[in-house]
Amino acid sequence: MDFQLSNEHRMVQKMVREFAEKEVAPIIKEYDRKQEMAPFILPRMAELGILGICFPVGYAGQGMDYISLGLACEELEAVDSTLRVVMSVHVGLNSMALLQWGTEEQKLRFLEPQAKGEKIACFGLTEPGAGSDVAGIQASARLVGDEYILNGEKMWISLATKAHHALVVARTNPEAPDPHDGLSAFLVELNRPGVKTGDIHGKLGVRAGSTGWLSFQDVRVPVENRIGEEGEGFKIAMSCLDNGRYTVAAGATGLIRASLEASKRYAHERKAFGREIGKFQLVQQKIARMVQSYEAARLLYLRAGWMKNEGLRNSRETSLAKWFATDASFEAASEAIQVHGAYGYSDEYDVERYLRNAKGAIIYEGTSEIHQLVQAAYALGYREDAPLRCEMPAYDAEAWQS
Amino acid sequence: MADKIWVYVDHFRGEPHPASWEAIAAGGMLAEQLGGGVTAVVIGSAVEGLAQQAIHFGASEALLVDNPALQDFRAEPYATALSKLAGDNAPEVILLPTTTRGRELAAMAAMDLDTGVMPDVTALEVQDGAVVVTRPVYAGKLLCKARCNRIPQLITLRVRAFSKPEADESRSGTLTPIEIDLPAGDTLTEVVGYSQAEGSVSLTDAAVVVSGGRGVAVNPNLRPPSDLDDKEAEIWKAQQGFKLVKELADVLGGAVGASRAAVDAGYIPYEHQVGQTGKVVSPDLYIAGGISGAIQHQAGMRTSKVIVAINKDPEAPIFKLARFGIVGDLYDVLPALTEAFRKRLNK
Amino acid sequence: MKIVVCVKQVPDTAAKVVVEDGKVTWGDAPLVINPWDEYAVETGLQQQEAHGGDVTVISMGDESAKEALKHALAMGCGEAVLISDPALSGADSVTTARVLAAAIRKIADVDIAFFGKQAIDGDGGVTAAQTARVLGWSALTLVSTISDLDIGNSEIQVERSTEEGRQIVKGRLPAVVSVVKDIGEPRYPSFMGIRKASRATIPEWHLAELNLEAPSPAVSWPEIMNPPQREVKTEIIDGASPQEKAEKLADKILEEKVL
Repeated sequence: MDFQLSNEHRMVQKMVREFAEKEVAPIIKEYDRKQEMAPFILPRMAELGILGICFPVGYAGQGMDYISLGLACEELEAVDSTLRVVMSVHVGLNSMALLQWGTEEQKLRFLEPQAKGEKIACFGLTEPGAGSDVAGIQASARLVGDEYILNGEKMWISLATKAHHALVVARTNPEAPDPHDGLSAFLVELNRPGVKTGDIHGKLGVRAGSTGWLSFQDVRVPVENRIGEEGEGFKIAMSCLDNGRYTVAAGATGLIRASLEASKRYAHERKAFGREIGKFQLVQQKIARMVQSYEAARLLYLRAGWMKNEGLRNSRETSLAKWFATDASFEAASEAIQVHGAYGYSDEYDVERYLRNAKGAIIYEGTSEIHQLVQAAYALGYREDAPLRCEMPAYDAEAWQS
Repeated sequence: MADKIWVYVDHFRGEPHPASWEAIAAGGMLAEQLGGGVTAVVIGSAVEGLAQQAIHFGASEALLVDNPALQDFRAEPYATALSKLAGDNAPEVILLPTTTRGRELAAMAAMDLDTGVMPDVTALEVQDGAVVVTRPVYAGKLLCKARCNRIPQLITLRVRAFSKPEADESRSGTLTPIEIDLPAGDTLTEVVGYSQAEGSVSLTDAAVVVSGGRGVAVNPNLRPPSDLDDKEAEIWKAQQGFKLVKELADVLGGAVGASRAAVDAGYIPYEHQVGQTGKVVSPDLYIAGGISGAIQHQAGMRTSKVIVAINKDPEAPIFKLARFGIVGDLYDVLPALTEAFRKRLNK
Repeated sequence: MKIVVCVKQVPDTAAKVVVEDGKVTWGDAPLVINPWDEYAVETGLQQQEAHGGDVTVISMGDESAKEALKHALAMGCGEAVLISDPALSGADSVTTARVLAAAIRKIADVDIAFFGKQAIDGDGGVTAAQTARVLGWSALTLVSTISDLDIGNSEIQVERSTEEGRQIVKGRLPAVVSVVKDIGEPRYPSFMGIRKASRATIPEWHLAELNLEAPSPAVSWPEIMNPPQREVKTEIIDGASPQEKAEKLADKILEEKVL
């Protein structure tokens, strides 16, 4: 078992870290305050190939593996969660689903421009009335001739107003005995007539990002845009989440690291009672716990990434990594604020932003509560993963890099 | 021409660099211990006056290579000239100022003479009849001693690391003009001209940083234009204060920094912020005007070599960190300091 | 056009470098490509983009210098060579210049050799000029802009960053060029570059391949020390007027030799 990162992985880490630290870190606070996404971020991430990092070169991707995706997410979120949210929705929830479930024609039409970053992608599953209860979604897609008529509303959609493509899950069969089997997935170009989008402000965190809503009124979506078969929508949504969650787990690991680094720095600099506060045991306890969380979170997401590389089904492992890392990142950020004292409570330092950002990740891509149910179900044998009609492709360096 | 210690007089088109005189004094110190005097080497066009000045500053004699082709400094022909002179006379040490010219010249001469070059030296000593130099390495984080086992030893001295001698116009010495053959093949490069474009100094790279804090906006004697509201008037005043900060920075060839308070108040853009949540700088000289010195600011500049604080409040925390302090109004002290440095740095 | 870029592997600038038991140590901070040399790589790649040709990156060092070479390959250089030999430990700048010059000659038909301004460990800033001298090539140091490169006429025009401002210089090719930061921010390695670099096998040249004898360096470094720790004793300058205080302060600052 080799726990070292390869030379290639270390170079990926370094490159993404330098981009995030040099180009985003200096301006992120300003945009977080303004509740706006800096306009250069998406084009720059596209230009650097980060938006297509783990797709075959044959589909205009960068040919790197799933571990590289995770490492990139860790580096991005160590600067700000909004950078990683881009990866979660554009790469994890949307593009990777195309790689897994799309036809060749759909990959050329949608995945290629997304891998290049020419088109920005988002994921439309959650609705005002349905979050954890995916089977309860109400958006409908009625087949009429060779088109579906799409109606409904999606909410809490990252990049809603920035994206060109949305992977939308809607009900195609209201009569299905099991509502899970009545859903289908579609790739919807957001410039189709009947599509409206808008921004949501006033969020506690992820404020330098773009979160919004999508509204579909009699939007005509050709049959060629349906991903997978009718009725596969729920299964597809769950595979999307396997990938989205992976990026969240990796990102939250980066957030723990950022909290840890900030706390270490401050513990060496701040003096109280005649010495640096790092000498006090209760401060040391906080640092020790952050180290523990960071290393455990890291191993969990890298293991999930390795399984993806091997083509092994990893729903359980990814859920475990996400649940652990996100809960731990909230705790780490909270303790980082405590280490900073009153200064941690002010936005002069970054740690309060880490806390506000961390809370969101405990809610989206499966609340921690859902993940606990999932883990118990696997452990108790109530849940087993059946093979999927389309499995996520294993990483194949030769095939992907030629 | 038997002196063991030579000093190259650096100049720009006949205008001497004062570090050349420092090198003569340093050379004199070596000569006291190794014997003999200091020979100045002057290379250029119409530079006899420099040779005279070298003698006034302490050289016992001067070698002069005067040729119109050498008006602009180009390392190749100058190195050919210096190497020829050294080859013919076998000095033990050749000292040069560490200017862009001096460094290149020493580098190339070392190659020609198959000897060693030790650049940017801050201290010289003689141990058992041999010269040992001290020079900063790892961006000044460490010091190292170096020695050269061949002659001549080419040593460039850091500017202002050695004291400048007094000129004594009554001193006299031999001035020996030398003809050097300059092969056409040496003219690989040609100076075409000069442009005034000066890039601004990057804050993190600057060797000198002058920073302003909240105090820059405090001056009851200033009359802002009447059409400004209170906030705009405050910013206007702050800008007058930052003008003084910039003037001092310019004279010292440094960059302008600011405290978080000044940036937050809108006095100056965020890219100038020095501190925990701004840029961390480690210049050789950090001058803080009107900055109280909260720990966040300290974290950004604490490792500066020499810290100078100017503040009206004698209890300001920054004084604990400073090497030198003046309790006073920055509106009085900064311009006075700018003037004082202008005189001393010939600007 | 054939371009060579010379790079060095050094400790990270952010590393805490101290002397322990007479030896320099930087803890577990990584070794990285000399930051100035990244600018040199960038310049080489820019010139290649403008004029076509190949860029080969070379380094004199030990096995770990391959990391710096891989970084340059990942940025886009076509080939890399490591020059390594046990006889080169303790090499001074004159030795280094001779070795690099020999390597450049071995590569043959090189038009420009790019260097960074200086290596941040030795801080010498002399190797570029010395390499030019050995090769008999134009030496253009401290270049902030390459204004013109005329390969047909073997001419190059640059702007150099000197004490007096920007100096415009024309030179003949082939040339050795050392660059400063104004030349342009180095690009990040691309993912494709990273893939290529991690798979690359980098050839090693020893002194024998360069037809060089084992060197005997002229310069040696008998001692390396931590700088003297000075207790900060704050001196408040007094005087009858701000002008008097300022004059005193200016003198004291100059005595500290920080200007």
